[in-house]
Amino acid sequence: MSDVVMHVWRGDADGGQFEEYTVPKQDGEVVLDVIHRIQATEAPDLACRWNCKAGKCGSCSAEINGKPRLMCMTRIDTLPEGETITVTPMRAFPIIRDLVTDVSFNYEQARKVPAFNPPPRPEGGYRMSQVDVERGQEFRKCIECFMCQDVCHVIRDHEENKARYSGPRFFIRYAELEMHPLDTNDRRDLVREEMGLGMCNITKCCTEVCPEHIKITDNAIIPLKERVVDADYDPIAWLGRKILRRTKRTAEQAAVQPD
Amino acid sequence: MSEIEHHDYDVIVIGAGGAGLRAAIEAKGRGLRVALVCKSLLGKAHTVMAEGGVAAAMGNVYAEDNWKVHFRDTMRGGKMLNHWRMAQLHAQESPDRVQELEAWGALFDRTKDGKILQRDFGGHRYARLAHVGDRTGLELIRTLQQRAVSMDIDVFMECKVVRLTTDDDGAVNGAVAYWRPTGEFVTFGAKSVVLATGGVGKSWKFTSNSWESTGDGHAIAMWAGASLIDMECVQFHPTGMVWPLSVRGILVTEGVRGDGGVLRNSDGKRFMFEYVADMFRAETAESEDEADRWYDDHTAGRRPPELLPRDEVARSINSEVKAGRGSPHGGVFLDIASRRTADDIRKRLPSMYHQFMELAGVDITREAMEVGPTCHYIMGGVQVDPDTAATAVPGLYAAGEVAGGMHGSNRLGGNSLSDLIVFGRRAGIAAADRAESMAREPKLNQAQVTEYIDEALAPFTRDSGENPYDLQHELQELMQANVGIIRNEAEVVEALEKLDELKQRAANVAVGGGRAYNPGWNLATDLPSMLTVSTCTAQGARDRRESRGGQTREDFPKADPELGKVNFVQRQPSGRGFSSEITITPEPLPVMPDELMAIFEEESK
Amino acid sequence: MTTVENPATRVDNSHTPVVLGGTRGGPDTPTLRKDRWWLAPVITVTILTSFVGYATWAAFVNKNYYAGSWMHRDLISPFYSPCLAASCVPGASHGPVISFWTISPALLILIFPLGFRMTCYYYRRAYYRSFWWAPPACSVSDSHKSYSGESKFPLIFQNVHRYFFYFGLVFNVILTYDAILAFNQPGIGVGVTVGTLVLCLNATLLWLYSLSCHACRHLCGGQVKSFSAHPIRHKFWKLVTPLNAKHMQFAWVSLFVVALTDLYVRLVASGTITDFRLF
Ligand SMILES: Cc1cc2nc3c(=O)[nH]c(=O)nc-3n(C[C@H](O)[C@H](O)[C@H](O)COP(=O)(O)OP(=O)(O)OC[C@H]3O[C@@H](n4cnc5c(N)ncnc54)[C@H](O)[C@@H]3O)c2cc1C
Ligand code: SF4
Ligand code: SF4
Ligand code: FES
Ligand code: FES
Repeated sequence: MSDVVMHVWRGDADGGQFEEYTVPKQDGEVVLDVIHRIQATEAPDLACRWNCKAGKCGSCSAEINGKPRLMCMTRIDTLPEGETITVTPMRAFPIIRDLVTDVSFNYEQARKVPAFNPPPRPEGGYRMSQVDVERGQEFRKCIECFMCQDVCHVIRDHEENKARYSGPRFFIRYAELEMHPLDTNDRRDLVREEMGLGMCNITKCCTEVCPEHIKITDNAIIPLKERVVDADYDPIAWLGRKILRRTKRTAEQAAVQPD
Repeated sequence: MSEIEHHDYDVIVIGAGGAGLRAAIEAKGRGLRVALVCKSLLGKAHTVMAEGGVAAAMGNVYAEDNWKVHFRDTMRGGKMLNHWRMAQLHAQESPDRVQELEAWGALFDRTKDGKILQRDFGGHRYARLAHVGDRTGLELIRTLQQRAVSMDIDVFMECKVVRLTTDDDGAVNGAVAYWRPTGEFVTFGAKSVVLATGGVGKSWKFTSNSWESTGDGHAIAMWAGASLIDMECVQFHPTGMVWPLSVRGILVTEGVRGDGGVLRNSDGKRFMFEYVADMFRAETAESEDEADRWYDDHTAGRRPPELLPRDEVARSINSEVKAGRGSPHGGVFLDIASRRTADDIRKRLPSMYHQFMELAGVDITREAMEVGPTCHYIMGGVQVDPDTAATAVPGLYAAGEVAGGMHGSNRLGGNSLSDLIVFGRRAGIAAADRAESMAREPKLNQAQVTEYIDEALAPFTRDSGENPYDLQHELQELMQANVGIIRNEAEVVEALEKLDELKQRAANVAVGGGRAYNPGWNLATDLPSMLTVSTCTAQGARDRRESRGGQTREDFPKADPELGKVNFVQRQPSGRGFSSEITITPEPLPVMPDELMAIFEEESK
Repeated sequence: MTTVENPATRVDNSHTPVVLGGTRGGPDTPTLRKDRWWLAPVITVTILTSFVGYATWAAFVNKNYYAGSWMHRDLISPFYSPCLAASCVPGASHGPVISFWTISPALLILIFPLGFRMTCYYYRRAYYRSFWWAPPACSVSDSHKSYSGESKFPLIFQNVHRYFFYFGLVFNVILTYDAILAFNQPGIGVGVTVGTLVLCLNATLLWLYSLSCHACRHLCGGQVKSFSAHPIRHKFWKLVTPLNAKHMQFAWVSLFVVALTDLYVRLVASGTITDFRLF
């Protein structure tokens, strides 16, 4: 059988370069297998993240031939035959070493999410219907591979936006909470003012790369944008609120972590 | 050596799987300073991979279900080797723990009337597993993770604990760890330490476990003076993928069988009917017709034999393959395609569908899967007090897969996730209680710290030596071949000899490169724990001369009633650490009180 | 809950410090993609430019948009309906006229369909990618110095999309009415011609395009927190959701068909072709 030629980015914050590795091809292998074989033979210190090797944990995100992919779910035989395969770390995050990046941006954004705060649990547990939980379940499939964050040009190409942009991974989280049947909060001003929802220009790259096939843009971001329109840009909705004496929550009120 | 980063906490929790997170939430809820330390990123722990569900006798689908039935199923599944009190607490408290998750945002699948839906699993008499499709573990860990983050618990990610530190009285007072991204060391001072480091599966060649499952918790607990029990009881899950080779071992959830999938050999025969042990005959279907009726209505027939406890099914598959009736790649066929509609399969088992489609190019809605046993779970672990999860070492608590006793010699599917939240919480409470009762901040013994750091850095000091990957590889081959699903005296004894050799060689591992994110070095620091727990398993496998649950001896194919009354307990009585001796002694099981005993007697009538 | 001193950084929820900067990995190139990622933007630019070119021309020529009784056909181009200017050719107008408008009647109304499509979530995606190159394709650098997306003037006005959607509905009603009128062939009686079918097809696609709109999906039921508490809205939502999944397809097909409808009417009205009568 033929060989696999792989160009792997090796380096750290002080710079790096591609190294070429050639390994014999094996049936049914994925990119991560090849990386592991390189580790076990030529380069024991080649850094990469992985855990489950089954597309469940979202650890092994990297860019394969320039596109964000899970290394453990990218079979070699699905890549163009006979061409070298380039493997680079996720571009949007600072490099730690080789294929490992510092994804703490995402954990910081996670801390900002105000937790779910339902009414007290009734005897025998909450009642919710399947149609209601299904909406949120789509978003809870997220394995936090952060590839949508990586591909999102808002931060991939504009570092300065990171300070005020939570990114698609967290837009689906806000959408999930907003669509929760027992939810009591109102995060519309929060996502507009603090989380940078308006910076997303719905170009859908997040949806394209999501390994869980979550319809991030159609089912989360656009519905959120529409909810923000209800809250802030629709004069009829504004009038309706005035007449019905409904109030909405400010970003600060919405951001409070419940006890 | 320059100044080492140091943090003081009331409670540190090592491990951020379900058990660790649940413990940290409990302790943090008491207003204490809590740190959560884990080897990989937050949310990536093994728990994320759990598929089928979490067992809790809520009675949402079958009102007949209650904690007593769950208790009975758990004990019988564990072949009565379980600590009765753990099984009792687990059965009693799990419904509440599962419902609590919903208040934190979990979204389980629902019944028609809006309650949590429950599914069938092997060994559970009623449909009992709360689930979310086939990604229940993800739901559990994400829910707990989000809760923990909103409580502002300090998380130390990609930070590997190498040793626990102890004070002059032998109590645990902290831990020594290193940051994987930088290779720099960090020490923790803590009034109590909760261990929740998960399993040991990485020491076998074919396993459903990730690189993290190296048994670090088992090892560092023993090195700190704790005792381990039942380490020979390793569960081989009957259905792992067998092909392609590179994914061999990856789990195929039991949910496939719970939802109607059946096992067939190369003749197309549902062979499980031939392997029903006497203990389960009364409640297992005799014909395919009867079994098929059961799926829709559990009162119309008895359970299909595919849903016997895991040890039974795994052994049967093993026998079929040995008898030459296996599938092309050395497994058997798991067929759901011919039994459920394609839509149903995609809806109920979405990640299985993807897993096979993407990794094996197999469409499970049209073809059968090829499956075979894979190393999955260790029932044995650190011996704990059931109510407080306290170990023999003051200040050290253990919960989750790292703790032993709960599952006896064999764990039922779904009982682990519930174990995590029940005993994770209990460990958190007990650890917080102790921390609150202690006035003084613990002080680490600097000599100890330096010793542990030097130990971890030793592979860098050698110019030449063993390649850690080679050693790991040899260990995996050895455990797979000699201490696998079917064992015998000669092979196990040989394994112990070879393990000794490997230990010698492990003391001579050399790695190159820098300390920052160096997987070679990281593996080198995992090897001592892997070798330690493997030795424990092999010792237990040698001394338990019977077949029971996760321990199958071809030279002693029957269960021995006398051995059913003891745990094998392992300790390091003289000198602690990787190179010190490990002893193994049989000790009597705790005695079950009469009122619980009565549950079993009622049933035999 | 008692508060305790915490050695790690406390999180201030409104402005969590996010560490900026840090060297990124990989080579400094706009992209490492080797596939033909530029193809899609090129196609989009080509089609949209051609359409805009054609539509501008069609809107300005101000003739041949209506085949009236002299042709025994009541066919009107969608670019010119409703025909509201005093300058409308006789028969094209449905009633009220704006007397001071003397240039092309199309220019009076095209702003609405144009605005609808300009603010459409799908078209936004298409032209941001292909014209603005923000980004041209996934994991290809967007090559802009600074970027604020739709959060600032003027793009913040994209948020009025739902109002264009409402107007779009009005237009759909009018164009449907036109399609129905087309079955009446002055001087001949009721009949079906290729022209009537074209108008019907056009109206149908415009309905599909509007009903599959994201704003529509939201207004139908997407905005509720609990479907089970709003069963009727859930029904509506379930009806439009499958359409919404095909919004992109409807956007393109309806665009083509609108232009072709105009072209067809134009060819008939100018006498270039005769509108074939089927029965
Ligand atoms: C594929 C698969 C499917 C499963 N399906 C089910 C199921 O359906 N139902 C069920 O009940 N059970 C299931 N299980 C079993 C169950 O998932 C595990 O037993 C359980 O998740 C273990 O949880 P834990 O909290 O004990 O540890 P884990 O989730 O394994 O977490 C261990 C943690 O400890 C950390 N750690 C380890 N060593 C160190 C160290 N030295 N220093 C610092 N941190 C360390 C790790 O980083 C990790 O955070 C499944 C298991 C697998 C593999
Ligand atoms: S659709 Fe929005 S969030 Fe998604 S990648 Fe594009 S800009 Fe980013
Ligand atoms: S939404 Fe999809 S792409 Fe984004 S982090 Fe989650 S799984 Fe990954
Ligand atoms: S290793 Fe878990 S997703 Fe790839
Ligand atoms: S018309 Fe495209 S989204 Fe509204």
